[in-house]
Formats: sequence, structure tokens, C-alpha cells
Amino acid sequence: MKIWQKLQDTVAWRSIFRTRLPIKTNLDRSLVIFNSLTMHIHPVKVRELAISFSYTFYLGMISFFLFVILVVTGVLLMLYYQPAIPNAYENMKDLEYVVSNGLFLRNMHRWAAHLMVITAFLHMLRVFYKGAYRPPRQFNWAVGVILLILTLLLSYTGYLLPYDQLAYWAVTVGANIAKYVPVTGEQFRFLLLGGNQIGEYTLVRFYVLHCVILPLALTGLVALHFWRIRKDGGLH
Amino acid sequence: MTVEEKPTHLVEESSDSQETPRRIAVFPQRLPVRFEDQKKPGKLVMTFPNLVIREVICLQLVVIVVALMSLVFDAPLEELANPQHTPNPAKAPWYFLGIQELLHSFPPIVAGVIIPTLAVVGLVVIPYVNINVKREGLWLRDRNRTVIILSAVVILTAGVCVPFHAYSIVIPSLLLYGLAVIPYLFPRDSGWINWLGYRSLSDWIMTWFVVVVTVLTIIGTYFRGPAWSWIWPWK
Repeated sequence: MKIWQKLQDTVAWRSIFRTRLPIKTNLDRSLVIFNSLTMHIHPVKVRELAISFSYTFYLGMISFFLFVILVVTGVLLMLYYQPAIPNAYENMKDLEYVVSNGLFLRNMHRWAAHLMVITAFLHMLRVFYKGAYRPPRQFNWAVGVILLILTLLLSYTGYLLPYDQLAYWAVTVGANIAKYVPVTGEQFRFLLLGGNQIGEYTLVRFYVLHCVILPLALTGLVALHFWRIRKDGGLH
Repeated sequence: MTVEEKPTHLVEESSDSQETPRRIAVFPQRLPVRFEDQKKPGKLVMTFPNLVIREVICLQLVVIVVALMSLVFDAPLEELANPQHTPNPAKAPWYFLGIQELLHSFPPIVAGVIIPTLAVVGLVVIPYVNINVKREGLWLRDRNRTVIILSAVVILTAGVCVPFHAYSIVIPSLLLYGLAVIPYLFPRDSGWINWLGYRSLSDWIMTWFVVVVTVLTIIGTYFRGPAWSWIWPWK
């Protein structure tokens, strides 16, 4: 115990960790929140009722954690993936038969993605039926709707990447809807696909959208979403 | 924080204004939550550990559930994409099958562009429309007027959908309409009919939206076969 105390008193330790252990008083507990990059989005105190499961069903939190799983598994999948034809499809076969736990990794990514669409939608319903979008939270509701759309777009762009029959035709059906947008529909579809039909450039475009642009947009908006929860009065 | 004085902000000048740039402390007179009366009184607890432990357990459970799903079910993988060979039917990802089902009934510009755009715009503006903020029971005010307008809207919706054979919208709409008018036809002072009578118009519209989206998605996923014909999933 003495060694532990001494270690905590060293200059190096104190320069790295802002919180001193043990945590005994409510002041210490407040400092855990204040002093942490990841935790300081929280208030120091919360309403006991508001953090119970039956109040929110933790749907927003679950959606966020699913996103974390998706980022982790997604980055690992990127290590084995080439956005080219037919490499992309062969990579899927490699994940299944060559890479250790490759199929498990892909399964995690796919099921977490489906679940995230569902939990984000249910989160929206919970907020609606509880009337939690009322002023002053109007704008955060709008941000939430955009987050739901981004979730759908992420899921949709990821759908093409295995480049099997399922992926190709599902994305074809989706991209054909873009064609019906008046005036700019055809151009928009061309821009999205990088051509008149799905091909190598579509794969690269969807890959960049799926791995860079959309996740960055989602991360930025999630930060705004969380920040606004606090600024609009917190969970109550 | 007290909320007695008139001005919206208390401004205090700090004493060391000569030495350093002037510091001004601003205290908002009102908390950001404007609907203070909606706040239920409740005990406050420390975020650490009460909320943090729940978050940690939640993360662990989410990881466990996804990992178990991944052990049991494999992600689908068909043969290499072949632009020459169109599967019948070609289906969009499941969350877009509602739109694809609409495309079967309505002209593409309506099903693919106008309806999705209206749905998104409708969702975004919810908190900016007063009726959604107040959320009074549908049958609280002029009951006869309400039933006439509601019936007219439902008949109009059905009237638009029937010529396009969009029965997957018509049937859920009529069922929900039936549910909504029960408190009008058979008013009760207690029980589920009374509860139903206190549902707001916003509740009914959102429920209608969710039910229609769910029905369309389920039909698109399980009840559509070659050339988008009706099939029974168990056959």
C-alpha cells in the first residue's frame, strides 16, 4: 500500500493521471468526471430516475456502443479489404477460409450494423413518445433525424462492399431510386456510382464514403448531439 | 440559483480589472430547460459510479450479444456480382424495402422521391409544430369537428391509395382509424378506451407512420417473390 502511495506521488505519475486514488468522497467522484476527457461530457450529478433502464431503455447509448463496435471491427476489416473487382469478393472468401476468425469479424460488423439501424430507430421512437423533443431540444431532435439518415447511408454504402450478387443488386435497386429525382436525378446517380452502372469506381466511391466521409460526419454530429443534450438541460 | 430578479442575466465584474483584461462572470437567470414545471422532482446521485457503471455494463452486454449473434449466424455471401444475371426479385437492403414496396404501387417520383422527402421533413419539423409540443388528447376539444376532419383525411388517404392498389397502406390506416374513433363512439371514464382517448394527434400520426413503415418493410422482406408478386413466406 505504501509503495502504491509513493508511486502516486511521483512526478511522472502525477503528470499522467489527474485523479488520485482511492476515490472516497463525493469531491473525488466529481473529479473523476471533471478530469477525464471521455467522461467530462457527463454532469457530475444525475437524476436517479433518469438513469434507470426503464426510463430510456438506454437505446441511444446502445446505438453509440454499436457504432464503437462497428468502428473497431470496420478498421480491422479494412486490413483485409481491397476495393477492386474481383479482389473485394475474394477478400470475403479469404475472411471466411484463410483469416483467423475472419468470418466472426465480418459477422460482428454486419450484425452490429443491422442492430444499429434498429436501435437508432427505436431511440427516435422512445424520444418521440416521451415528448423529449420539446423545446429547448428541438434542434437536437433534428440532429438525431440526420444521424438516423447517416446510419442508413452508412449501412447502404457498406452493403456493396462484399461485391456479391446480393450486394450488387441491392445497391442497383437503391441507386435506381436516385434516378427519379427530378432534373438532377441522372447526374446524381452518375456522381454516386462514378459511371452509368455499378463498377470499379462505384466500389471505390462507396468504400471512401463508407470508411471515411460518412463515419467522420457521423462522429462530428454525434459529438454535437451529446453536447446539446447537456446544453439543453441534460437528462431529466 | 435563484430566479427572482427581472434581468435575464446577472453580470458581475471581477475585482482585478486593472491588472488583467476585464473578466465578466455571466450567470443565466433561468436554467436552459424552459419547461421547468415538467421536471419531476427526483433524487440526484453521483454520475461516478452510478451512471458510469451502467454504461460499462451496457457496453459489455452489447458486445456479448453481438458476439453471440456472430457465433450463431453467418453474414450472407452469394456468388460474385454478375451484371448480366439479374436475380428475380432484386431486393434493396431490408431498411429500404418499404420504399421498394411503395415503388410497386406508386409512380417512381412519388414513391422514391416525394414520400421519403416528406417523411424526413415531417420528422425534422415535429418539435417546431405547436400541436406536437402541446400534445393534448385528440378528443378533448370539439369532438364532432375532430371526427369529421379525421374521417375526411382518412377517406382522402384511402381514396388516393386504392386506385394504386396500395392496400398495404389502406388496411393499417383503416385499422388505426378504427382504434382512434373508439373513444369517440364509446366514451368511457376508465380502462383502455379512456387511455386511448387521451392519446394526442401527434401520437396517432407517429403510430400510423411507424405501423405503415413496419408493414411495408415486412411485406417487402417476406411476402414478395419473382417480379414482385405476392408470395407466402411459408410456402
